[in-house]
Amino acid sequence: MKLRIAITALVAALMIFAGYAALFIAPDERTMHEIQRVFYVHLPLWAAMFSALTIAFVANIAWLATRNPKWDWLGVSAVEVAVACCTGGLITGVLWGRPAWGIWWTWDARLTTCFILWLLYISYLLLRGLIEDPQRRATLSAVFGIFAFLDAPLVYASNRLWRTQHPAPVIFGGPDSGLDPTMGKVMLVCVAAMMALMVVMLVDRYRLERLRHEVDELRLSAEARAADSNSVFTKGAV
Amino acid sequence: MTAARAAAILLAKELRLEFRTRELLTATIIFALVVVVLFSFAFDPTAAESRRYGPGLLWIAFLFAGSLMLHPSFAREQSNQTLDALRMAPVSPFAILLGKMLANFVFLFVAEVILVPVFAVLYNVSLVGIVGRLALVLALGTLGLVITGTVFSAISAHARMRELLLPLLLLPILAPLLIAAVEATASLFAEQPSLDRTWLAFLAGFDIVFLTASWLLCDFLLEE
Repeated sequence: MKLRIAITALVAALMIFAGYAALFIAPDERTMHEIQRVFYVHLPLWAAMFSALTIAFVANIAWLATRNPKWDWLGVSAVEVAVACCTGGLITGVLWGRPAWGIWWTWDARLTTCFILWLLYISYLLLRGLIEDPQRRATLSAVFGIFAFLDAPLVYASNRLWRTQHPAPVIFGGPDSGLDPTMGKVMLVCVAAMMALMVVMLVDRYRLERLRHEVDELRLSAEARAADSNSVFTKGAV
Repeated sequence: MTAARAAAILLAKELRLEFRTRELLTATIIFALVVVVLFSFAFDPTAAESRRYGPGLLWIAFLFAGSLMLHPSFAREQSNQTLDALRMAPVSPFAILLGKMLANFVFLFVAEVILVPVFAVLYNVSLVGIVGRLALVLALGTLGLVITGTVFSAISAHARMRELLLPLLLLPILAPLLIAAVEATASLFAEQPSLDRTWLAFLAGFDIVFLTASWLLCDFLLEE
């Protein structure tokens, strides 16, 4: 308990420092000035989303291979966190796009594949809600999750493979790319803070799923015991 | 018995079943026709506009018709519990899935072959000289549709609201296929018809990737 409070406080402090760094330490950008600072939230959200999706993909495969329920809990937690990060990323992207490009949205390769990714994982969560049996739910959502993950590399590569409205990559990009060193350091801090937040949310959601499972088990064993004691009663009555 | 032979037998079974009543085929064709006609009420296209919007409209009609048609193929198995009988037969799960995919492909392709001339008449699009290449694009696109559609109908067969769930799961993942098929068809409907190799390669790649993924995951789709 104390450890969780301490870690949460630490992550909160890291996020506050990252916010301060993004607003005051990072240098002013040449063309977009203040608006560009959204980048320090926008990119970390996507980094967190891709990490969460990779964790979900590994968890899906591991569930199908081992049938250990822990992988199913990890899978659904990772996907929920990824959807939250994706939503944040899309919103910050739209808010950045309007002043920077003059348009709220466009159907270029990056934005289209990203929107599809968001829809796919929302469908994953919907699918989970509509299957009753826990074993079957875990198996079928794992299979669907593996199919859905096939879009994720496409999203990442889309602004490398095609010319898009969305800017070409500045990190690990082509020969013209690259960040100013101070910007790079601030970005590192922001990515670290967002990843830490993502992990905290993931762990909490995992614990919730585990507790739900324990409650279900307890309820099942209580009902079983009640059924046993009922049958003893009727035997005695005879 | 090899998987290919088993799939062929299952395909024959599906075709025999369907051609007794032809209800699924008829319903699919009529539904796609209704979508095409409804679009023409929504906007009154000139010849140039038909060339621009026609391919998109055609593929949306096929996508909607396909996603509605895919569900009954598994639902039919569930009502008489024939899926259990299939599972007990000495055939690999992939053969069962492949047989269903091929059957769905035949139904949807027949529907498309009937619909494309109707579409060409209603929208004043000339099909002269592009029939073969158009058939190729239709075949590759439909293949992608039925591959993913059969897998997802197996997934959604165990869920509530399955008629609504299947299109909801299927349409986002088919968006890249839709884009590629529409672009390829548009280049064929243009003033100077040409078949864009890149989009054709994308369609083929999509089919191969999803067929491989279904082969790897087929055991889990059909388990008890």
